[in-house]
This record gives sequence, C-alpha cells and structure tokens, in this order.
Amino acid sequence: MTDSKYFTTNKKGEIFELKAELNNEKKEKRKEAVKKVIAAMTVGKDVSSLFPDVVNCMQTDNLELKKLVYLYLMNYAKNQPDMAIMAVNSFVKDCEDPNPLIRALAVRTMGCIRVDKITEYLCEPLRKCLKDEDPYVRKTAAVCVAKLHDINAQMVEDQGFLDSLRDLIADSNPMVVANAVAALSEISESHPNSNLLDLNPQNINKLLTALNECTEWGQIFILDCLSNYNPKDEREAQSICERVTPRLSHANSAVVLSAVKVLMKFLELLPKDSDYYNTLLKKLSPPLVTLLSGEPEVQYVALRNINLIVQKRPEILKQEIKVFFVKYNDPIYVKLEKLDIMIRLASQANIAQVLAELKEYATEVDVDFVRKAVRAIGRCAIKVEQSAERCVSTLLDLIQTKVNYVVQEAIVVIRDIFRKYPNKYESIIATLCENLDSLDEPDARAAMIWIVGEYAERIDNADELLESFLEGFHDESTQVQLTLLTAIVKLFLKKPSETQELVQQVLSLATQDSDNPDLRDRGYIYWRLLSTDPVTAKEVVLSEKPLISEETDLIEPTLLDELICHIGSLASVYHKPPNAFVEGSHGIHRKHLPVQHSSIDTGESPVSSGPAANIEQTHVIPSQGDLLGDLLNLDLGPRSTCPRCPPCRWGLWTLTVLIACNSVLLLQVWLPAVKAKGLEISGTFTRRQGQMYMDMTFTNKALQHMTDFAVQFNKNSFGVIPTSPLPVHTPLMPNQNIELSLPLNTIGPVMKMDPLNNLQVHTAHETKSKAVILTFFPIYFSERQVFLATWKDIPNENELQYQIKECHLNADTVSGKLQNSNIYTIAKRNVEGQDMLYQSLKLTNGIWILAELRIQPGNPNYTLSLKCRAPEVSQYIYQTYDSILKT
Amino acid sequence: MIGGLFIYNHKGEVLISRVYRDDIGYVAQRSFMVTSCIKPATLFNVNLFVCRRNAVDAFRVNVIHARQQVRSPVTNIARTSFFHVKRSNIWLAAVTKQNVNAAMVFEFLYKMCDVMTAYFGKISEENIKNNFVLIYELLDEILDFGYPQNSETGALKTFITQQGIKGQTKEEQSQITSQVTGQIGWRREGIKYRRNELFLDVLESVNLLMSPQGQVLSAHVSGRVVMKSYLSGMPECKFGMNDKIVIDKQGKGGDLYAFCCSGKQSIAIDDCTFHQCVRLSKFDSERSISFIPPDGEYELMRYRTTKDIILPFRVIPLVREVGRTKLEVKVVIKSNFKPSLLAQKIEVRIPTPLNTSGVQVICMKGKAKYKASENAIVWKIKRMAGMKESQISAEIELLPTNDKKKWARPPISMNFEVPFAPSGLKVRYLKVFESKLNYSDHDVIKWVRYIGRSGIYETRC
Repeated sequence: MTDSKYFTTNKKGEIFELKAELNNEKKEKRKEAVKKVIAAMTVGKDVSSLFPDVVNCMQTDNLELKKLVYLYLMNYAKNQPDMAIMAVNSFVKDCEDPNPLIRALAVRTMGCIRVDKITEYLCEPLRKCLKDEDPYVRKTAAVCVAKLHDINAQMVEDQGFLDSLRDLIADSNPMVVANAVAALSEISESHPNSNLLDLNPQNINKLLTALNECTEWGQIFILDCLSNYNPKDEREAQSICERVTPRLSHANSAVVLSAVKVLMKFLELLPKDSDYYNTLLKKLSPPLVTLLSGEPEVQYVALRNINLIVQKRPEILKQEIKVFFVKYNDPIYVKLEKLDIMIRLASQANIAQVLAELKEYATEVDVDFVRKAVRAIGRCAIKVEQSAERCVSTLLDLIQTKVNYVVQEAIVVIRDIFRKYPNKYESIIATLCENLDSLDEPDARAAMIWIVGEYAERIDNADELLESFLEGFHDESTQVQLTLLTAIVKLFLKKPSETQELVQQVLSLATQDSDNPDLRDRGYIYWRLLSTDPVTAKEVVLSEKPLISEETDLIEPTLLDELICHIGSLASVYHKPPNAFVEGSHGIHRKHLPVQHSSIDTGESPVSSGPAANIEQTHVIPSQGDLLGDLLNLDLGPRSTCPRCPPCRWGLWTLTVLIACNSVLLLQVWLPAVKAKGLEISGTFTRRQGQMYMDMTFTNKALQHMTDFAVQFNKNSFGVIPTSPLPVHTPLMPNQNIELSLPLNTIGPVMKMDPLNNLQVHTAHETKSKAVILTFFPIYFSERQVFLATWKDIPNENELQYQIKECHLNADTVSGKLQNSNIYTIAKRNVEGQDMLYQSLKLTNGIWILAELRIQPGNPNYTLSLKCRAPEVSQYIYQTYDSILKT
Repeated sequence: MIGGLFIYNHKGEVLISRVYRDDIGYVAQRSFMVTSCIKPATLFNVNLFVCRRNAVDAFRVNVIHARQQVRSPVTNIARTSFFHVKRSNIWLAAVTKQNVNAAMVFEFLYKMCDVMTAYFGKISEENIKNNFVLIYELLDEILDFGYPQNSETGALKTFITQQGIKGQTKEEQSQITSQVTGQIGWRREGIKYRRNELFLDVLESVNLLMSPQGQVLSAHVSGRVVMKSYLSGMPECKFGMNDKIVIDKQGKGGDLYAFCCSGKQSIAIDDCTFHQCVRLSKFDSERSISFIPPDGEYELMRYRTTKDIILPFRVIPLVREVGRTKLEVKVVIKSNFKPSLLAQKIEVRIPTPLNTSGVQVICMKGKAKYKASENAIVWKIKRMAGMKESQISAEIELLPTNDKKKWARPPISMNFEVPFAPSGLKVRYLKVFESKLNYSDHDVIKWVRYIGRSGIYETRC
C-alpha cells in the first residue's frame, strides 16, 4: 500500500467527497479520508472547512488516526477557535490515559494548539504531567511549559509552572533535565534580568552530571546553558572545563562547538601562565580541525566559527594552516571561508606554501573565488613584509594572464601594497598602465587613477592617461570622479607647467557641470586652495599619508567578544549580533565574556592586568545596522545603558559641579561607544574665569580612523551655544583619544524644552563610510547672581515645597556649603526655634528663583520652599540643593 | 529553536511541511500549481512573499529556483533564516527566526535523513510521498517545539511502527518510554540472537601531496571504525587499538601485545570522535573506549593521523620536453607493502597539456588510454602485489600554440584500495561482557577487516 495516491486527487468536488468519507461508518475509510486531508493540507490546499468532520474522528483508539487528527488540529485550530474547544475533552481524557505514550502525545499536542480558550484547560493536565511517574511524559511536559509561555507568559508565572520546571533540573532522568534546561533557557531569554535558571554551583553540578548521560541534543542544550554561567573564580572555571573537555570527542559537531564555546568563554577566567590554560588551548585545536572532515554544511558553520576563534586566539590554530587549503570538490561557500582563514593564519613561517596555494586558486573557474584569491595575495603582501616581493611578482604574473577580473582585482590590491610600502615597487607601474583599457569596474578604475596621480612625477604620460579618463567624466561613478579630481590636482601640483589646462577642465567639470554635492564641494575646495595659496595646497594635497594597517576585515574587538559567546549559533555564522537579525524580545540580551577577577596575591594592579581594559571593550559594540538603525536607537540617548553612570544621577552631578565652579571633576561617559560606531564621548561642564566650558574627550574605539567632527546645540531652555567650532583638525586614529574644551555662551536663542534641563548636543563625525552619527544628551545649567526681591511679587500658586531628607547639618554649615556653590544666603531668621534661610539664584536665561530653607534643630528633614515665575525649574533646583547638601 | 521544517522536491513543490512555531508564519496555503506561474527570483518577489509571511514560497523562490549556484547553506530572507541540505533531488529545509544553534540544526537535518533512510530506504520524492504519514509521525516525535528529541532509529522503531501500539502491555510501554528517555537511547532491551557476532571495519582514506623529488608535502589519514553488531542483551563492550598513548602508559614490559608486535608498535592519533554510545569522560580520563553498542551497523569512531603514515604507493614522474611540440613522460609506481598483500582498483591519472594532439602509450602492466575529454592519460591496473614496481611511458605530441603561458603541470593523481590500514592502526581487542545472559566474550564471533583507500593522493610533476 502506498500513500502517494493521496497526493494525486485533483477533482473539483474533492472537499465534498472528503466530507462524505470522513463521516463513513467504517474506521478504515475514515482513516483513509483523514490521510487525504493531511496530504491536501501539505500541498497547501485549504481544507479548514472540514474541521468538524475531522474532529469527529478524534474519538478513536487507533493511535495513528489520532496522531493525524492532532496534526490537523495543530494547523487549523487557530482559524476556528470555537470549534477547537470540541477537542478539549478528548485531550483532557488522553492526559489520564494509562499509556504514557498517549499521555505525552496529548500534552504535546495541546501545547501546539495556540488558542487561548484551550490553554485554560491545559493547565491542570500539564501540572499533573510535570509530576508524572513516567520520564517520557515529564520530558514532554517540560517542553510544553515553554510552549505555554510563548502563548501566555503571565499564566505560566501565575500557575507556578516555572517553579515546577526548576524542580525538574534535579530530576533523575537526564533527558528530563535537558528539556527543562532548554525550556528555562528559552523562557529566560525573554526575561533577561530574572534569574530564572538560578545557576549556582549545585545546579551546575547537576547539569554536568546529566551532561554525561543524556542524548546528543540534550548535551547541546546543557552546554549552551552552561556557557551563560559565570564561574565565581578560576578554580570553579577550571573544574567545569575539565568536565566539559571530554565532549570535544563527540561525533556530533554541534556538541563539539557548544563545548568549544564554553571553553573559549571560561578561558578568559584562567590565569594565562597556568599549565592548565596551555593544555586547554592545545586540546582545542584537534577537534576544530576534525570538524572540517564533516559534511559541507557543518564545515561551513565550523569555518565561520573558526574565523572568530582565530581572531580571538590565533595561537590555537597557528600550526594548522594546511587543513584550510582548498580542496577541488569543496562547495564554493566552503572554499571562500577557507580562504579567509588562510589569510588570517598566514605568517612568515608558512607564507611560501600559502602563496603557492593562492596562485593555484587564482586560476580556478569561480569568479568570486578567484577574485578573493587575488585579493588574498595582496593581503599577504601587506601582512608579511618578507613576502611582499614574491606577492608582487605573483600579482604581475596574474596580470599577464589578461583575464579581465583578475587584472582588475590585482590592481586594487597593488594600490594597497603601494600604500604600505611606498617607493619600493613603483617599477611595475608601466605594466599596470598597459592594462588601463581593460578596466571597467569603478574600484579598479579608481585604484588605477589613484596610482597615476600618486606617482605622476614618475609617469611620463600621466597627463595623457588622466585626460583619457576625463572624457567620460560624467558617466563615471562618484568614487572614480572624486579620485580623478584629486589625482589631477596632485598631477598639477607636481607638474604645474604642462597641466594647467587639464586642472581647469576637471575643476569646471566637478563644480559647474556636476550636481553631486560631494564632488562640487571638493572641487571648490581645491579650486580655492589652488588659487589662494598653492604652497598650502601642496602641503594639504601631497601630505604624507598614514600607513595602512596590516590586518583588514577584522571584526571589531567588542563585537568579536560578543560573537565568541555565541559560538555555534546563527550569530556566529552571520558574524552579527543576534539583535541584528532576531525580532522581538528574543536574543536582545547582550552576552559578554566573563571578566577575570584580579586576585590580590598576584599583586597586579587592576589596570595593568587587563580586566579593566576588558570592561572598556565589552561595551564597544558598534551597531551593525545601517544608518537608519542608528537613528531609530536615538531615543535611548539620555537613558544611557552605560552601567557605571546611572542616567538620573549624572544630570545632578553636572549641575552640582557647575554651581561649585572652578572644580575639576571626573568625566562622565555621555555617549558610550556602543551607540556610535565606536566613538565614545565623555564630558562635563565647568566654569573657568567666569567662562563656561564643555570639556570633552573623544575616544575612537573603532578600527578605522574618524574625521570631520562637528558640534551643534539645539535651541534650549538656557540659550547655551558653543562659541567656536570643535577644535578637532586631525583625524582620530583607532584607540587614540583627544581632550578638548569648548567654550560656551548663553547668548543663544532661548526655547523652553521639556524636560527643562534637556540640552541636546549633536556631535557629528564622518567615518570612512560617511555614516553620520547623531547623539543627544541633556545638561543642566545655572548661574549665580545675588538678587534681592520681594517674595510677594510671585503668585502663591507658584510656590512649591520639597523635603530634603536625612541631612545632619546646622544652619551655618548649610549656608556655607551653599555659598561654596554660589548660592548666597540673603537673610537668616529664627522663628520658633527653627532656622529660616532665604536665598536667591538666577539662571542664565534670566529666570529668578527665591528659596526658603527651614531647618529644625534635631530634625534631619529640611523643608525647602521655592518660588519662581517658571515653576518648572523648581524640581531641578530642589535636586541641586539636595545634592549639594549631601556631598 | 527550529520554527518549521519543510521538504521540497526539485521543482520546489512542498512534500512535507511541519510548522512548530508561529513566528515563521503560516504555511503557504497555496497549491503547487501556482508554482509554475512564479517567475525566477526577483527582489520584487522576495518582498511580495515576505509580506505574505510565506516561508515556504520564500525559500523556493530564493534558493531552489535561484539562478545562481547556492552560495551558502544558510540563507536569511527578511529576518527568517533557512537552513538547507540536499539529498539527491530532495531539499530539506529548517526555518527559524531565532538565534538558534546552527550546527545543531544541520546535525538534526542529517539525522532526519538517517532516520528516514532507516525507515523507508532512499530519500526520493516517491518514497516521501509514500510515507508522508510516517514522516509526520516521526517529525512529531523527534522534534518538539523545535527542540530535537531522541532520534535514534533503534529506539524509534520500537514505538513508531505504523501499526498502532494497542497491543502493548504495561511493562512494554514503560520499557519503551524508559528507553526513549533513558541513558541508552540507542539500544532497546531484549534483543536476542542465536549467534552472537560482530564485524569491525577499519576504513581509511589516505591523502598525500608529494613533490616531484619524492618529498612529502602533506599526508594524512582520515579513518573510520564501522561496527556491525549482532549481540544479545545489553552487552558492555571495550574496544582497544594500538593507540600510542595507551601503549606508552601500559609500558612495554607488561604488555604482551607490545612485545609481539614488531616494527611499528603504536600510532599517534591526532584527534578522534566517537558515536554517542561511547563514554567520553572515561576516554578523557583513562583513554579507554567503552560502550554499549547500538544494534546493527553504526560508526563507532572517526580519527585522523598525520604521523608515520605508510604510503602504499610511490609515484616517480619524469617529464621531459623535447622541443616545443613533444613531451616525453615516464611514470614509475612502486608498491610499498608486504608482498603477500594485494592492492586493487589501481588507477593513475597523468594530466596532459591542453594542446595535445596525439599520445602513444607503452605500459608493462594493466591498460592505459589517453582520454582527450579529460586531458589525461588514465592507466588502470586491476591488481598489484606489494614490493613491486611498474612503469608507463608515453610520448605526447603537441600542437604549436602562441600561448605564452606555460602549461601549469597539474599533479599526477592516484586511486587504489589496499587490505590494510595505512595509518598503522590495529585493532587489539573488542571485549564483550554481558553479565545477565549466558554468553561470554569467547562465544562471540568477531570479524575484523582493514580497507585503505586513496583520498586525494597526488604527486606533482
């Protein structure tokens, strides 16, 4: 008997016929009919109208039929919630069945029917099944809790299922433990802060025991869960590692990768000089190599992960470069990944072999692969200086092949080689120039133009060459146009006598005939430079260029650390953090590598031992998204997630210090690098000689340099504006920081903001990718002015009272403290044993505030009454008082 | 976790679709008749399908019907990730919207293929259609809410039978469940054989890259130990081989084996992985391989060695360019193993330049032919004993060309099969203990076979 016949019915009256068959008296007929329905469902026909008839077949003791009906229910119950109720009774009954297989089947299916009304009935059976005597039922029930949580999280919490699930971690059956761990891990992803899993040493021990006994899949769940645990010290980390390492010999590559993840994470905690640390590193290499003998899909996942591991800990695989040599029948995706890793592992020791391989690859058929191989040769030249000469000659050989895309790719990498080793290989320019005509890709054209411009003085016919590009100027891509403009200006500065006409021509093309703003701007700048001060022009245009870095395509260190925590998962395959491709609440919680606790007996200072630097780094995760993504995140600005400075506090901080003036204070991180593609801004406001300053430190935590910084303030409540542009002229190199002081003034337009202390400072900088990053942060501002006025002038409804609590000072100290912060006491009275202080202040935008501070001896709570025409500010004044008095 | 699983035929028609999670959207309620109307992948179509939250169609359009060769086994289409593997004409695709364990998804898909093969043989459109009810039943069992559950065929076959489970007694039921959830999920209890027998196959593939001067550039062996066990009860097995670490530990004096063995005594294993039945913690601590085997055929271990490999053949090439239009090639192969052993299926492939116009071959043994379509001389020898040598000489006539580029001289490659393990691996013992039944280790009939095959076995010339 075959079932394929069910796929073939195609008649018009099919549904009607099925209906009749489903109501047939004979069991066998009914079963046949349900099979037909399922077949129709599979190929995408709508058979939902048969719902009541199918559900009728549910009351049966034929398990196969029952399973089919359940399958149907899972697919269509959502469309017909009312009808689905009909099935509930049968489910509840099955949950009591003496056969554990049927009990499990019922509870498993019920969880898949995502209808609210049904879930209500699910609770009782589920509770029983979680405590069932049979492990098969318990392991199914454990997963069912996760299903229920997905439908109705609140209900799961209310019904106490989470506790039952937690109890199952101590279950005697390893598979129940594994499923409970999987369910809890998934649930806790949507509650990142709740300590649902409650990973403590006892539980960890239970998990490690279950790890040895459960199925391969269970081992994966447990290992993935273990990787989220932070051992309290190196001893614990080591003992966990010791029990995880045997998994490296498992035949299932996912078990191996998950074990690698745990080990890579916990390695961070082990002292680098210990024997165990080094043994562990050695143990990691063979299993990673073995992964490459698996099926191609798993190889691909492994290679993507190895790419990360090699960047994080190159020592693990440095001896193994040969296994990454490409095999003839590897699928293309495996070849491309292997190539990447080969370049990462290339070193002086193995460069000869690598080059020989790359040369082979450059003659293959797949265009992408060949291009990448050619690029790789260039990267080798840049990375291993000793090999540069050989690489260049290999590239020249390849150019001789005249294969169009090979030539173009080679020229692009040769440009980089010129950058890295100036004045060394210029002899080959002649060969390059021969191929000018065959270049049709913008990248290659731009590279060639750059080379001609850069070495114009050595190329006799440079002007002719560049002129030839100029003919079709408007058809070129922007990249080529910009490069061509610069190249011709360079040429002019080097050989001014012969090329005047050419430069005129390109400048007019760029400025007058182009509607690309970038091009026009650059054109005008050059024009102005050349016409006003040719000497400066020479200095600017022909200035020495910074060296290019050896490694390219590196993943930002902080992203890398995050991805290491995701080894084996999709994130590690995409090389993107989970929130870049996962919607909703799942996976938003960011993972960090554990930080080694610096032990006291080593005598190392926390700064030098690395962990401190580590903390810094873990926060710099450039968002992978496009510019749009950044803009959407903007509202997070003031409520910064930076853990060291809770946002509500630093507003106060700033204020306090401002009033206290002339004081030097700690910078606060305004903009963590995470939010701004690696640019971290910390800053504060100070007052020196009556002038306000915004002191800032810009730190570049990205891998590329940043240029073109600018600052702009919004219209704010206090009229604060910068009085000069940002004094940043040089590009900010990676890991470099600059401190600068921006004088401020309060003559700008005043505009009431909500909240009042909201000052938005936009800093912009242009990274190489031209992404502009905008950020916002509020500041608070105030200025002292002694002022005597009548309390009565201001209506009484503007008076607000606040309590300053737990302050143990007498009136004189209070007065003194406030005076230090430029709040002067105008009068002091003693009424009925209470000290009354009268004070006044004026804000930069001309708002006056009058204050009355009542201090009762013996009572630590002071009463502050504030009167002001703009009662909105009172709240902030109160906060200021509070903080001044408590510091 | 896995949100859904689909099986497609080569046209992109859905054969099986099982959705585990809502987030991937409801299965296309569209028949495959629509398929033919769909134009090849365009951006427009991608968006269209994503709007309809139509996971099934999105995959078909973007992967199965994509014009380009598949560039990655994982595809992300509108924040939905598709993992796929292909078996003959059939595509298996797992779909998810979460950050799942990617290695696990692929391992699961492979496992799924194994399970299906074990149930109904080759994975083909016909077989899938014939067994779709069974496949749904299996999918329900081995994947719960996207979490893989026990997927060992041995266990599954006890209760997913397509026959119903009405007749089972209570004891049988609890035996099933304890087996499915138990520590030994791969084997059921109560297996009985009249003759207790086991077969061990040591299968190795030896890979070599050699320079023309006979210098080994790289060589490694990747091997597998495949076991077929027909043993009663729940036997406890212990497998021993000449692993250097074990031999060294036992010391030469005490071990009879080490004493008996002449020449190469032990081998250094670079890395090995085991079937899940092997107790890994025991291997890690004592390096002993102990396990309760699944019933029937399975792969016990895989290993890799790079040291002291016995290279069964040595290829000595001699290429001489006589003028611009003639090449003289002489290739000698030497077999390098015991004279009593016979190598089989020997094939030597000598590449020829693209501008070859004619070839004359003389060989003393076997048959040789110039295959113009493959640009190579293929020399086949059926059998060859150890410590022999054989030679072929060829004259290759070339057409004069203007091509300045020199001929790249691809390496000479070789295929063969030998009845020993080139890594030097020897099975020392496989002990079987079954305390509950009345058979002992001596009663078990054991067979061991070694097969060494060529992997990529190349000599540059």
